[in-house]
Amino acid sequence: MERSFEKYFRQNRLPHLWCPGCGNGIVMKAIVQAIEKKGLDQDKTVIVSGIGCSSRASGYMDFDTLHTAHGRAIPFATGIKLANPELNVIVITGDGDCTAIGGNHFIHGCRRNVDLTVVLFNNSIYGMTGGQASPMTPTHKKATTAPYGAIDRNFDACRLAEAAGATYVARSTAFHVQHLTDMIAGGIDNKGFSFIEAICQCPTSFGRKNKMADPAKMMMWMRDNAVMKAAWDKLPDDKKTEEKFPIGLFYNESETDYATAYNEVIQIAGGADK
Amino acid sequence: MNSEITIKLPRCKGCGICVAFCPKQVLAVDELGKVMVVNADACIACGQCELRCPDYAIFVDKKVKA
Ligand SMILES: Cc1ncc(C[n+]2csc(CCOP(=O)(O)OP(=O)(O)O)c2C)c(N)n1
Ligand code: SF4
Ligand code: SF4
Ligand code: SF4
Ligand SMILES: [Mg+2]
Repeated sequence: MERSFEKYFRQNRLPHLWCPGCGNGIVMKAIVQAIEKKGLDQDKTVIVSGIGCSSRASGYMDFDTLHTAHGRAIPFATGIKLANPELNVIVITGDGDCTAIGGNHFIHGCRRNVDLTVVLFNNSIYGMTGGQASPMTPTHKKATTAPYGAIDRNFDACRLAEAAGATYVARSTAFHVQHLTDMIAGGIDNKGFSFIEAICQCPTSFGRKNKMADPAKMMMWMRDNAVMKAAWDKLPDDKKTEEKFPIGLFYNESETDYATAYNEVIQIAGGADK
Repeated sequence: MNSEITIKLPRCKGCGICVAFCPKQVLAVDELGKVMVVNADACIACGQCELRCPDYAIFVDKKVKA
């Protein structure tokens, strides 16, 4: 039986160009399933992406889509939301796109609490350009720009988002497909800046360099090292080893979103029609 | 057989994710780099293959008893 999520894809563009086993396809499906679950109107939902392998997703999704400039998806999305607050705006970005060149746009989008759902495809690497280290490449992992392993400490984008003012912050992985779908659906529900980090595999640019070229092995690594938040909170510090990481909903608070605050200014100034 | 496996072969890239996560060794990747069903009778319609296929190339439905 044909799956209902197929209607959200531009069928004439499939198969997608991602490498065999690339996690991007799994995260893209989780996004459309979250959209379906929340019953969003396909004609009132806009997908905005930056630049990178992950950001190519917008080209496969049958909505109004914008494939923008590297690191700049959040500013474009902010403009769309302010111009037409009734649209649901979903941003697709990569670890390089969001936390390197786009780092400032990211924190200020969080600070303003713009009502966006931002899904960061975290494959720990610049996939598209051949495997340079990103600010989210874990310390000691290899990249073409870090042949002996990265010496930089990596960003925890979830903690960064929360500290900067995002009102919904969650993480999941390409292994935990249903959980990932739920985390994205929760972000769609939140009226404000929602950030979901989706850990996914890049077997080509990250895996091969780090003795994990098999995409299934990379997903087993996610299965074996992700710890649900409730269990993580009870885990003694010595069990929180370098490879282990928490997944789940980390933060959710209600705050005035940017379009609502902006509309108040419009009213004080005499209204948009005058 | 209590399941129906549908494969959209042009989409399959032979990544082996479905093979690795199938609990019943139903699937394999052939020499042309495409998924194939090698033990249909063992399939329990758990959907693990479909869930994680990054290319939406494999679908499993429980067979409706006639
Ligand atoms: C202004 C600008 N600088 C640099 C690039 C080159 N570039 C393209 S994609 C990319 C990094 C992508 O990494 P990430 O966001 O993690 O996406 P991935 O490919 O891993 O999904 C870079 C540096 C560019 N396209 N534009
Ligand atoms: S280079 Fe990596 S991120 Fe890009 S398509 Fe290939 S596996 Fe995916
Ligand atoms: S997971 Fe999908 S693309 Fe990969 S081998 Fe199986 S059917 Fe083919
Ligand atoms: S449904 Fe389950 S048992 Fe059947 S082929 Fe897929 S993974 Fe294997
Ligand atoms: Mg990346």
